[in-house]
Amino acid sequence: MSELTLDVQGLSTHFLTRGGVVKAVEDISFSVPRGRVLGLVGESGSGKSVTGFSVIGLVDPPGQIVRGKILFQGRDLTKLDERELRDLRGNRIAMIFQDPMMTLNPVLRIDTQMIETVLAHEKVPREAARQRARDALGMVGIPSPDERLVSYPHQFSGGMRQRVAIAIALLHRPDLIIADEPTTALDVTIQAQILAEVQKLAREVGTALIWITHDLSVIAGLADDIAVMYAGRIVESGSVSEVLDRPMHPYTHGLIGSVPSRNARGTRLRQIPGMTPSMLNLGPGCAFRARCARADAACAADPQQSTPVAGRTLRCFHPQLEVTA
Amino acid sequence: MTTWMLRRLIQAAFVMLVMTVIVFIGVNVIGDPVEILISPEADQAERARAVAALGLDKPLWEQYWRFLSGALQGDLGRSFVFNEPALKLIAQRMPATLELAITAVLLSVIIGIPLGLYAGLKPNSIGGRIIMGGSILGFSLPTFWVGLMLIMVFAVQLGWLPSTGRGPTRELFGVHWSFLTWDGLRHMALPALNLALGNIALVLRLTRAGVRENLPMDYVKFARAKGISPNRVVFVHVLKNILIPIVTVVGLEIGGLIAFAVVTESVFAWPGMGKLIIDSINVLDRPVIVAYLMMIVLLFVVINLIVDLLYTVLDPRVRLETKE
Repeated sequence: MSELTLDVQGLSTHFLTRGGVVKAVEDISFSVPRGRVLGLVGESGSGKSVTGFSVIGLVDPPGQIVRGKILFQGRDLTKLDERELRDLRGNRIAMIFQDPMMTLNPVLRIDTQMIETVLAHEKVPREAARQRARDALGMVGIPSPDERLVSYPHQFSGGMRQRVAIAIALLHRPDLIIADEPTTALDVTIQAQILAEVQKLAREVGTALIWITHDLSVIAGLADDIAVMYAGRIVESGSVSEVLDRPMHPYTHGLIGSVPSRNARGTRLRQIPGMTPSMLNLGPGCAFRARCARADAACAADPQQSTPVAGRTLRCFHPQLEVTA
Repeated sequence: MTTWMLRRLIQAAFVMLVMTVIVFIGVNVIGDPVEILISPEADQAERARAVAALGLDKPLWEQYWRFLSGALQGDLGRSFVFNEPALKLIAQRMPATLELAITAVLLSVIIGIPLGLYAGLKPNSIGGRIIMGGSILGFSLPTFWVGLMLIMVFAVQLGWLPSTGRGPTRELFGVHWSFLTWDGLRHMALPALNLALGNIALVLRLTRAGVRENLPMDYVKFARAKGISPNRVVFVHVLKNILIPIVTVVGLEIGGLIAFAVVTESVFAWPGMGKLIIDSINVLDRPVIVAYLMMIVLLFVVINLIVDLLYTVLDPRVRLETKE
């Protein structure tokens, strides 16, 4: 493995609300090597987005990182002050958000929003910054970038806006991009185009990518590694081919089984029974046990992270080792 | 844009026309000016002569017609009391009211927006809570009482500022203004602050509400994720978004301040239009009342037009076009 761009160790991010502590992210560890794509998968509320925001240091209060290290190129981001974090944000670490309709400021022109990003991190003449912005728009496949620069966000379609957001993320050729469900709000053809472009850019520039999604098919096509999150913990991780072909955790198994497929046409769609547990004051024990067919008395204790196979991690007392899917 | 403008102007003309009817009928209902203007000892002949001279012997529709044809030529009638054109009387008083109202608006923006930003950014801080608490006082204390208190404290007790009148004025474009002399500014300070108080509270609360509403939005988080400075996030990204409702309200309030500066002008003996209209209503000086109300309507129409034009500057999604 080449050098690690990001190495997260034992990260916990909690929200100290009036109703109690919400352990949105609890003791997770993962790493992303340079030029690789990590898919972070899970249901809504599993802590995927909070993980992303923790890395870039934008967890909103009352949320805070309570434990763990986030080593970015060897520097621990949790130890940096706001000013140092700001120098990294948008520069070495960029983020792309879920809803392209909401991420761009509706009352500022595209060029304003792009140029300010360039100027925030580099002392270059305005004209040079503008040139950079134009090139970035061209790179993500926006036709006639000169005209588009002086447009406002509402003059773009959703797909185009997401391209603009990606172009902004790429302005400084960051070492790490955190993409928080960036294609969820887009239709499938646009999604495919954007995925292809992002993949190409990651390869060419050597950027490490964290792709947060709940869509396993996107991960299957895009990511190198996968980490499955459930109730704030990574329950299973490993390379995409390994995990998707031979899931060990019952939850991963259920997730894969829930993807509708052509082969199972006419039969009832499979689903994981029950609901994701409330994250408020979540007790000890495996959070999935209430929905798990294999759960027994042992699951009332916290499953520790194990390494069943080299390069994979698992948190389960009763892993499913044989292929049944 | 041109079509839009044309349509707005026609609308405005129509509004003015409707207002003339309402105002004209209104002032005819509230009382007979002859009773006040003519001395009680006057005999029947004198009385008839006076009524004829004022044109009050004609039927109402004919009076209205004469008023309307006069108005189209810029003549809104002569004051019964001063025997001068009503428009001239108002024009003489208007600069005083205008500069008072505009100063009050500037004060409410200059004080209201920063305080609102602070209260919005730090809603749980002591400062933020004090600001919000204070704004309730700004809303609810009656203007005349605050005016009297201001005079008590700053003019009487401390003796820092004069309590009445406009002070020396200087001429600019043929009009006398107080704000061009230092002493004039000192005279304006208290009445302007008094007039602005309610609006400071209003702008402050609007700004705070806007900040609270906009801060959790994705675009703010995205702006922060770009690594731009917190000041730029607040003063460029957030402020430009919240200016839209503020401009609407401030625009409408300018009209309100000009039209209803009556109380402040009375308390501080500020020789503006508000005082004129109160005096005119007391003696039922119909042409002045009508002319004043027409001016106010015109003012509101113009301000609304300007506010609509400002929208296009502030919000690119607003385009002044009439959809076919």
